[in-house]
Amino acid sequence: MRRAVLIAVPYLWLLALFLVPFIIVLKISLSDIALARPPYTPQLDLNEGWAGIRAFFAGLDFENFTFLSTDDLYWKAYLSSVRIAGIATLCTLLVGYPIAYGMARAPLEWRPTLLMLVILPFWTSFLIRVYSWIGILSSEGVLNQFLMGIGLIGEPLTILNTNTAVYIGIVYTYLPFMILPIYSALEKMDESLLEAAEDLGSSRFSAFWLVTIPLSRNGIVAGCFLVFIPSIGEFVIPSLLGGSDTLMIGKVLWEEFFSNRDWPVASAVAVVLLLILIIPIVLFQRSEENAREAGR
Amino acid sequence: MRRFSWFNATSLTLGFAFLYLPMILLVVYSFNESRLVTVWAGFSTKWYGELLQNEEFLDAAWVTLKVAFFSSTIATVLGTMAAYVMIRAGRFPGRTLFSGMIYAPLVMPEVITGLSLLLLFIGIGLDRGVLTVVLAHTTFSMCYVSVVVSSRLSTFDQALEEAALDLGASPFESFTLITLPIIAPAVISGWLLAFTLSLDDLVIASFTTGPGATTLPIKVFSAVRLGVSPEINALSTLLISIVTVGVITASLVSKRAAVQRRREEQAAQRTA
Repeated sequence: MRRAVLIAVPYLWLLALFLVPFIIVLKISLSDIALARPPYTPQLDLNEGWAGIRAFFAGLDFENFTFLSTDDLYWKAYLSSVRIAGIATLCTLLVGYPIAYGMARAPLEWRPTLLMLVILPFWTSFLIRVYSWIGILSSEGVLNQFLMGIGLIGEPLTILNTNTAVYIGIVYTYLPFMILPIYSALEKMDESLLEAAEDLGSSRFSAFWLVTIPLSRNGIVAGCFLVFIPSIGEFVIPSLLGGSDTLMIGKVLWEEFFSNRDWPVASAVAVVLLLILIIPIVLFQRSEENAREAGR
Repeated sequence: MRRFSWFNATSLTLGFAFLYLPMILLVVYSFNESRLVTVWAGFSTKWYGELLQNEEFLDAAWVTLKVAFFSSTIATVLGTMAAYVMIRAGRFPGRTLFSGMIYAPLVMPEVITGLSLLLLFIGIGLDRGVLTVVLAHTTFSMCYVSVVVSSRLSTFDQALEEAALDLGASPFESFTLITLPIIAPAVISGWLLAFTLSLDDLVIASFTTGPGATTLPIKVFSAVRLGVSPEINALSTLLISIVTVGVITASLVSKRAAVQRRREEQAAQRTA
């Protein structure tokens, strides 16, 4: 009896506030926009009994999805989200790997402090961390003032409100997600393997390339997924740092809902976004399982 | 004795400069006299004064704290229950769906979570306000809590619970007297995580909020859309200092607890 209550409480909560809302999104994505409250049809009318249910299902169609595939804006936004997330993930890896490497090879008594320094920004507001770059990247910003001060450039660079600023924002805010898994992979590595490689005549560079990189592969893969998956649906970074030509699907969904008030299309955008995300999520889970089995 | 190699020292210095310089600049410019954020015009604390007199910000801060407190507390209870069910309850019908619903919100884009919850609240005719934001925040943060707590639950020795049951404790007593004290650190960090996630959230709150329930991130977002503002710099400085003090205190406390425990273990070994 107690066990049933224990299971039922979180179960029902998640059913009511996670699964049911999602089914509602799915349903509205099959509806049509209407000038009504709420602004879509058909409405399920249970008072009419069976006929009402039949009329309701007859009113659902895939029109919004056809619309998404014919209107350039949407598939360009999906493609561009995936591309921006991919490039940003690669940049995060290039920035994060040397830091994780430096931490894993640091003197033992330094490591807890370094770890805390990586985790600390994670606890500070995401919004504020994105905001801090507006003052740096704007045309009268700190970066341009510095570069003009040392005479490297004559005119301010336009970085804010471009895709470059979005990449910087993603690298900056998601960096801890890349560093931590790579660090934990590198820290476990047996360094005598490197000595062995060098004894056997390999150069330091090729020892790094042939021994260290493959041994930290699990960390690299996990870090990349942890950055890539959330960046695709990112809203705050493109809307604060990106420009009017920065197309990301999270922003499109937001505007479709709040500015155009087109709930059915916004819901259809959400459903397709989720379908796109399922691929990297399944790949990620599979690679995590492989890593766990290999570790056993 | 290991030392830093020049390569590692350089990459760490550059890396941490990248992580911390933007925040340091925010703090520095919050003490700038000028409203033009990029021109230094002398030291001043006037923006803090203006911030503390800005009723809208104070109201939003109060709403945010209320939402964060209630949502993280409910999320901790529900998340701990969910973790216990996942690790201890064995098989039951619908277990796969249950674990799916616990992990899915962790990877769900915030825009989708926000949109779907809003459509639910409209569908059932619930007026949007503090309550709806609390419900929304509880739902996604309970999943984080349950991940943190279940990783602790899965590593601890179940024989301790069984011993308590053998010695005549009721299942409830065995949970409160044995299990809860052991998983307490994970439960506390789950609560802290849920609290910060709620404080931080802009997207889900924007979808699920209503009149009179503007949270601080919503307020900050609409202010910074128009560009940099010195009041926001001052606010950021306050938030950054609170978090820094909190995290450093927490790490010192847990370090001291570890030292204490080691000393007690040594003492116990000597007496044995």
